Amino acid sequence: MIAWIDTLIQGVLLGGFFALSGLGLSLSFGIMHIVNIAHGDFLVVAAYLCLVICGLFGLNPLLAIIIVIPLMFLFGYALQKTILNKGVDGGELSPLLITFGLSIILHNLLQEFFSADAKSLDVGAFEVASLNIGPLHIGWLPITILVTTLVVYYILHQIMESTKFGMIVRATVDDPEITSLMGVDTKKINCLGMGLSMTIVGIAGTLFGIKSSFFPLAGGLQLLFAFEAVIIGGMGSIWGTLLGGMSLGIAQTIGYRIGSGWGEFAGHLVFFLFLLLKPSGLLSKETQHA
Amino acid sequence: MPDTPQVKSSFSWQIKKPIAGPIILALAAVFCAVFPLFGSTGTLRLMNEIMALMIMAQAWNLLAGFTGFVSIGQQAFIGIGAYGLFVTSIETGLNPFAAVFLGGLAAAVVGILSAPALFRLRGPYFAIGTWVLAELFRIVILNTQKFGSGSGLTLARVIKTIPREYRTSGTYWVALFLTVFTIFLVYFLLRSRFGLAVRTVRDNEASAESVGVNILRIKFIVFIISAFLTGCAGAISYLNTMFINPYATFSVEWSALLIFVVIIGGIGTIEGPFIGVLFYFFLRETLSDFGTWYIIALGLVAIAMMLFVPNGLWGMVSKRFNINLFPTGATVVMKKG
Amino acid sequence: MLLEIKELKAGYGEIQALFGVELSLEEGSTLALIGANGAGKSSLLRCITGLIRPTGGQILYNKKNIAAYRPYDISAMGIAMVPEGRRLFPSLTVEENLIMGQCNKREQEWTLERVYDLFPPLKGFRKRMGTELSGGQQQMVAVGRALMSNPRLLLCDELSLGLAPVVIKDIYRTLETVTKTGLSLIIVEQDINQAIAASNSFLCIREGEIVLSGTRENADRNLIAKAYFGN
Repeated sequence: MIAWIDTLIQGVLLGGFFALSGLGLSLSFGIMHIVNIAHGDFLVVAAYLCLVICGLFGLNPLLAIIIVIPLMFLFGYALQKTILNKGVDGGELSPLLITFGLSIILHNLLQEFFSADAKSLDVGAFEVASLNIGPLHIGWLPITILVTTLVVYYILHQIMESTKFGMIVRATVDDPEITSLMGVDTKKINCLGMGLSMTIVGIAGTLFGIKSSFFPLAGGLQLLFAFEAVIIGGMGSIWGTLLGGMSLGIAQTIGYRIGSGWGEFAGHLVFFLFLLLKPSGLLSKETQHA
Repeated sequence: MPDTPQVKSSFSWQIKKPIAGPIILALAAVFCAVFPLFGSTGTLRLMNEIMALMIMAQAWNLLAGFTGFVSIGQQAFIGIGAYGLFVTSIETGLNPFAAVFLGGLAAAVVGILSAPALFRLRGPYFAIGTWVLAELFRIVILNTQKFGSGSGLTLARVIKTIPREYRTSGTYWVALFLTVFTIFLVYFLLRSRFGLAVRTVRDNEASAESVGVNILRIKFIVFIISAFLTGCAGAISYLNTMFINPYATFSVEWSALLIFVVIIGGIGTIEGPFIGVLFYFFLRETLSDFGTWYIIALGLVAIAMMLFVPNGLWGMVSKRFNINLFPTGATVVMKKG
Repeated sequence: MLLEIKELKAGYGEIQALFGVELSLEEGSTLALIGANGAGKSSLLRCITGLIRPTGGQILYNKKNIAAYRPYDISAMGIAMVPEGRRLFPSLTVEENLIMGQCNKREQEWTLERVYDLFPPLKGFRKRMGTELSGGQQQMVAVGRALMSNPRLLLCDELSLGLAPVVIKDIYRTLETVTKTGLSLIIVEQDINQAIAASNSFLCIREGEIVLSGTRENADRNLIAKAYFGN
């Protein structure tokens, strides 16, 4: 019994990370209609960026995140402005193929500059410290990640619902053509949207680098996890992605309990089951608006 | 087309008669047939690699270029084809050259089984869904002793039963046969009534539905054909190297490679993948001293093509000189009326 | 002249929709564009607002050629449109829909209060989603949204489509009071009588060309019918 409660808690904690990284993907799809294949690789890039910053200034990764975030925002803005906005005119598959190209280029560039060896971000004793409640040991790091995720979701929700920028973004999602007639440069909104998505990727990437070791090719799986969180949760729904991430986390933890090599498999399987049985996901756009 | 088509003109349309394409292909086939007489083992291996990639690119192109279905999980079928070959010939002692086709069949079966789930995904989501499929199989193999787990399998013992002089050339003949088969299959598929239906699906699903084309069936058939061809090509590719492991075989880099090749050459044409494959091997052989930079260069060229020359190198050439070796598209002929 | 269009050509991909359209509009006047479905009326409006880029000709607004301008720049110069089918933002409330009109940051003339005074029924629905309203109320929001962008030239595409005659009359009456403040108007309608009654002059467009022009006073039913339907 205790073991299963433990599994559930670990699953939710793991799911917190998937929900965070899924949120970035969900945003870029929701706002710009871009399925960003390089999403996981950008996550890894953020981790390397944090590594470099920590090395340069001797900072703790949790502090360096303050520098990582604006850099990732600028990167996302520039990426959208220079490349992706041009690709959008060619339909939704053109950005998919462009970001796929970027993904492969990043793999090889990272390999050239950082070698294929695994790296990690060091936060000292905090990494293994845990909260003990009776027989349960809950790591402070996963708790921090989950809390961060919830805070990011809350802030994003506030931005979308209560600011003028959020209103313009929602209008752009509804009808970009009419929004441009209202005097809005929707391509600029797309740039800001990608900046926002990359901001989240910056946070998630740093946390990813702290919680596990990373290497140039680590991004592919992270994309799949984020993607599965979005699909399980229901496309176009931000809160759905949160639930989707949790579900994926729980599925994976149960898989790991069954056999150490089967965690990811269980996650993929749950994803396929959702496709077959409930393709609209837990919360689809029709029922829930974020 | 010299005139801007105007509302007031009348249309008629025709499929051009093929002449140049099949002739060039026949000449190429003759060249390839005599090639083993003077080619070294090394060049034969390279030829095998080229042909395997060629088949994969054609199969992806058939799927994406003609039906609009973009897959970035072709490594699923490549891996299953390759493992199908390795496992059957290691376990049953079946001739590995014949087992290539079993590999293709295994991939087709997986295609049939996974289609009900994958076909629920649209556009970009289909793309990632196919990738997840590849991951599923990678994990199964990683966790199965019989498939060599993480350390892989080798054909060394099997290949000893085959006379030395046929080891590389046997693979070559199978590869050549499949390449020619693939090109003719894709070509005739697209010129047939079925091909017309396939293009209708690509251009407009709604109108295809309204003229009674069963979209799902068309997509399903194309998907399975593509899976079979990709499976065979994967089997050839690893028959050529004799060694297999789940990391490389199910790597997404496979999909990247063949997609880049098609985009650079020209999506939606039969000629495009030819040009793209040649471009890739040219790049790889000339930049071989600089590590992985040739992949980076390939990716950059593919992105640039995507942005500025969406019809690829072949599209540029055929537009400039108005040539079309394998006319598969029905050309609309405008008459001023 | 507030708006002068010369030799305008435009189309969608390979299909040409406008074949050298000429038009001029005096400040403060109202022009009706009439024509059958697919005649090119909407294409013309889309050109003026920058939603499609003309392939030839000039659109002189305030003596400046705006033919290559982006929609948001054109909006900032004071051209607004009430689009066909209203196209409110479904995930925005009525008030948010109206506020969206101010995104072009033109000098404030129109405020929420003024729009509510013009269309009193809207005031009660401020916090409702735009798409929960009746067709007529939605059309009021669409007009209000366009007015909120403080236009000098307002383009109205098929205002009466799908609305009850009483409601149509109401909306046109309101528009009349707005034009008294000096706003110029181009209205596109399939309902010929409604359109000509509400304007100073009219143009009849068929197959992408202007085939007849005239003023409200000299409008000849037979000529118009002939121009509208072709031979």
